[in-house]
Amino acid sequence: MTQDIDHYLTSDGLDSEREKEIGQTIGYRYDVNLVPDMNRITPYLQSYMETMGWSDLNWLEDVHMGYEEERAAVFDRNINGWVTVPDNITLPDNQQDRDMIARELLLKFQMSSNHPMVTLRKAYAKF
Amino acid sequence: MATVSSSHQSHEMGLHSEQLTDRTQQVFFNAEESANFTYAWLPEVDINKSADVDAADMDVKDVNIQIRELMEQGVGTINLHNPGSMHGLCVGILSRLQLNIHGSLGYFGCGLIDGPNVNISGRVGWSCAENMMAGTVVIEKNAGSTFGAAIRGGDLVCKGSVGSRTGIDQKGGTIIVGGKTGAFSGFMMQRGRMVILGDAGMNLGDSMYDGTIYVGGDIEGLGVDAVPAEMTELDIQWLTAKLALYGMKTPNGVENMQKIVAGKQLWNYDNLEPTEKKLVL
Repeated sequence: MTQDIDHYLTSDGLDSEREKEIGQTIGYRYDVNLVPDMNRITPYLQSYMETMGWSDLNWLEDVHMGYEEERAAVFDRNINGWVTVPDNITLPDNQQDRDMIARELLLKFQMSSNHPMVTLRKAYAKF
Repeated sequence: MATVSSSHQSHEMGLHSEQLTDRTQQVFFNAEESANFTYAWLPEVDINKSADVDAADMDVKDVNIQIRELMEQGVGTINLHNPGSMHGLCVGILSRLQLNIHGSLGYFGCGLIDGPNVNISGRVGWSCAENMMAGTVVIEKNAGSTFGAAIRGGDLVCKGSVGSRTGIDQKGGTIIVGGKTGAFSGFMMQRGRMVILGDAGMNLGDSMYDGTIYVGGDIEGLGVDAVPAEMTELDIQWLTAKLALYGMKTPNGVENMQKIVAGKQLWNYDNLEPTEKKLVL
């Protein structure tokens, strides 16, 4: 993406006439095809890869930092919803580093004993 | 069909009466809390603890149950013998596990998995690793049609050739094919990466919404809204690293692969939506 990296944080992101008319952004608010720069991996993600026996980010290659209602967020496929990035996390000035933060945050959220799936599983799991 | 009980445990837990409006996950979750590497409800397994399963005289349900029970006992490496091309084997594994399958699988093998590393010495039937979420699946020989249907994450590798509609409805992850792929591969692809080292059949990437397809051989024909794109340095780096993981090479070098992406001319449902609403109203 060539536009300002904070575009969706500092504006409503409704750029075209059509987007203004329907009141929503058309398309993703990040480049889904952006492949990760492994030079920017965090220590936590490195430990995760080693534990899982992977030499790269595996499924996390498809995780990017997005923007929901003018807040930085990461999409959790397990709850089909956005998890907003806490305000105390300073956002880097490039998408690659932001994506690494999003991956780490999502991983910690999904593996947490407080994840909604834990409660849902207790209530509905058949086996 | 089993009767649905109205006194389900979810009612006792208050899940039907709680206020859902304006809920935020931050109430429940702290990013600084100690981190796990597996889902909280799953058992920890030790990769150095191994077991063998002989499926010769078992039915598919018993094999899948035995795999689950072994994981609950902490077994992290399972060698499955005599799978006999049974359908629906090794599905629903949601944790890390080294699974070595000595033989071939039938339809829908390794479906719905989320984390294991699977090696299959033989072939696989239709829809191998459908709805795969994470992990790696490596097939040493050929695969049937709809290979990796609706895959959402992880690496799915076939070192031989595959049938038609590879990665249909792909929503993420990486599919690698060492040989040829059939017609309509990447049909309705939405994201993720498909790497074909050999030739691709007709209508490649038909109606793809997003994602990337790399082809090392010849393309018989592109589908609707699939268009060529330029390879970038990041593409080349990623392809080189990914193929090296599985000991695979493309005959002409990754820098000479063809890159196919969505033309995004089919991105029109947002435009139609206001009109459709008016029609309904």
